[in-house]
Amino acid sequence: MTTPLLDRRLLFVTGKGGTGKTSVTAALAFLGAQKGRKVLACEVDAKGDLADFFEASKVGFRPREVQPRLFAMSMSTEESLQEYLRLQLHLPFVARIGPLARAFDFVATAAPGVREILTVGKLVYEARERHYDLVVADASASGHVVGQLVAPKAIDDLVRVGPVHNQTGWMLDILGDSAVTGLVIVTTPEEMPVNETIELVGRVRAETNVDVAAIVVNRVLPELFSHSDEEVFERLREPELAAVVAGVAGGPVEAVFEAARLAVTLRRTRAGHLDRLRDAVGSDVPLLFLPYLFARGHGLRTTAQSAEALSAELGY
Amino acid sequence: MTGPSRPSRPSGAQGRGSLEQLLAAKEIVICCGAGGVGKTTIAAAAATMASLSLGGSVLVLTVDPARRLADALGLEALGNVETRVPVDALKKAGVEPRGELWAAMLDTKKSWDELVRRHAPDALTARRILENPLYQNVSGRFVQSHEYIAMERLYELHRSGRYDLIVVDTPPTRNAIDFLAAPERMADFFSSRLLRMLTGPARSRVINLATRPFYQAADRILGSQFLEDIAEFFLLFQTMYPGFVERARSVEHLLHDRRTTFLVVTTLEAAPVREAEFFLSALADQRFHAGALVLNKVLPEYLLDPAAARTAERLSAEASAAAEALDKAGPPEAVARVLREVAESFLNFQVVAKREAELRTEMAPAAEVVASVPSFDTDIFDVSGLVRLGRAFWS
Repeated sequence: MTTPLLDRRLLFVTGKGGTGKTSVTAALAFLGAQKGRKVLACEVDAKGDLADFFEASKVGFRPREVQPRLFAMSMSTEESLQEYLRLQLHLPFVARIGPLARAFDFVATAAPGVREILTVGKLVYEARERHYDLVVADASASGHVVGQLVAPKAIDDLVRVGPVHNQTGWMLDILGDSAVTGLVIVTTPEEMPVNETIELVGRVRAETNVDVAAIVVNRVLPELFSHSDEEVFERLREPELAAVVAGVAGGPVEAVFEAARLAVTLRRTRAGHLDRLRDAVGSDVPLLFLPYLFARGHGLRTTAQSAEALSAELGY
Repeated sequence: MTGPSRPSRPSGAQGRGSLEQLLAAKEIVICCGAGGVGKTTIAAAAATMASLSLGGSVLVLTVDPARRLADALGLEALGNVETRVPVDALKKAGVEPRGELWAAMLDTKKSWDELVRRHAPDALTARRILENPLYQNVSGRFVQSHEYIAMERLYELHRSGRYDLIVVDTPPTRNAIDFLAAPERMADFFSSRLLRMLTGPARSRVINLATRPFYQAADRILGSQFLEDIAEFFLLFQTMYPGFVERARSVEHLLHDRRTTFLVVTTLEAAPVREAEFFLSALADQRFHAGALVLNKVLPEYLLDPAAARTAERLSAEASAAAEALDKAGPPEAVARVLREVAESFLNFQVVAKREAELRTEMAPAAEVVASVPSFDTDIFDVSGLVRLGRAFWS
């Protein structure tokens, strides 16, 4: 029996660039808060977009309540290190040691997994301490997320002694517990994002112990016609009837028909990619569908719309 | 900055020039933009068009092509070596190339290994670096290493003099500035005082008063064995310093040269647009040449037609009445339903098309050439697809 998405405590949201990873993170967090959970939404790549989805001003490392019960923060590895040193190692003055602060950047750049573990470590820590019911992370894009998720293991292998070594243990436990942690992969129903999703599912299963909790298929175009309605549509496009339609409408109809044709074609080619996705990942990973939003832009309104669609997909 | 105003067109080049004109005058084109905007395909299409209409030897250096695109370019299993795209593949696509089209994939790991062999003072040091576990991690995982190595490889290929034009597809980079600053960062990395500090103890074992707290803290956090591994790695790496820094400076110089231009690719979705705008302003700040802005996957122009919008509105309102006159098409309820769907779908798409048109207008002044590429029904994986796409934005 798999744990329902919103009953887990830590969700990593990833996906190919451009598929709407951040908007799905925002929608999941929004829905969680609507369902009464205290939620932390964390932006890992610090592009500063996450707050836009809640119509809030830019957030920093210290979480801020942007909606009732919904807190948002932006990851900073430097601040995460300072917090870690203070809370875990009781080294209050270490930040004042000039060389250390600068050397950190240096070591983090060169040594494998240091930056990643400060990111993942902070998120796992928040989940463990139960400061929030649900932590949703807008994680790195699919190319880098595996590196993030395996960071505790990599560090565990490299650093054999000391407090860091001791702490990778509980991180690995939380990450590997499918009742607590889940990976959510966002895709669109297009060829490349679907290919990358299939590849990522394979890598996550082979290289990490993190559970793929769901695949969110974003920007799904509406099905315009049933099979019989499509036949009606094709007849309407014939010149004789098209002329009648133009007469009734009092204007040209070619563009209007062409747009409908485009919508039908796009929807159809995309359906094929979704079949491929379903076959490749197996039936144990739920696919959640979010509609394409015909909107002027993104903000709280579209976040609420996506959350509503997710709610229906999750059976609430 | 802005040219004479012209009516915006949804596809083809707009503004003050064409891609054809731009690429005919440059030796290096660096394509950049957010992940998922079709950068790799645009780079391949631009190189294909250059080989078709400009002639000479054109190379596309790609980073992570889709399997089928790699196959189409004859790139299977060839890794870091440049390979010529077979003339047959171009002829099969119905085009007669004037020049040669070459393609190469960037293999980060192999390129790093080559770099180490070139800059290490002797074969033994090179081998010790290549075998160091930390080196394996740095060359394989470290994101900036991809960015630097792409530029390094570009420099090498350009210097070989084999190509008239090199089109580079950059790694999908989270932060555009990292990639522009990559050569400079690498030089800093090697010349920094911190590097000397870290490698100091392995050399002298004398820890002075200023650095002692640093080692104590680092020891406590990471364990001394790990720290020693790091120190050894940096000490070895430092032997490559002189050659490396000189090289990084040369790469940077080449990027600023008049023969180099940048092509920013984006779709008209909110997040990629923000990345593209950030990139364009970074190019300007650092005095790189922003040659072209390519807007990919834009919706068709007919969606903007105001007459069609009025038609759609009336069809939606009068659907039932219209259905009466259209009984040849099917039962009236079905016809009315279809008309309403069709009308609503048009109006929905128009909202998005209008947003796209406005974004295009807003972004146009930032680059010399602005070109739009229509959204194709299917993804592009063969040479004829590249030609079809290329023709849409070329001249």
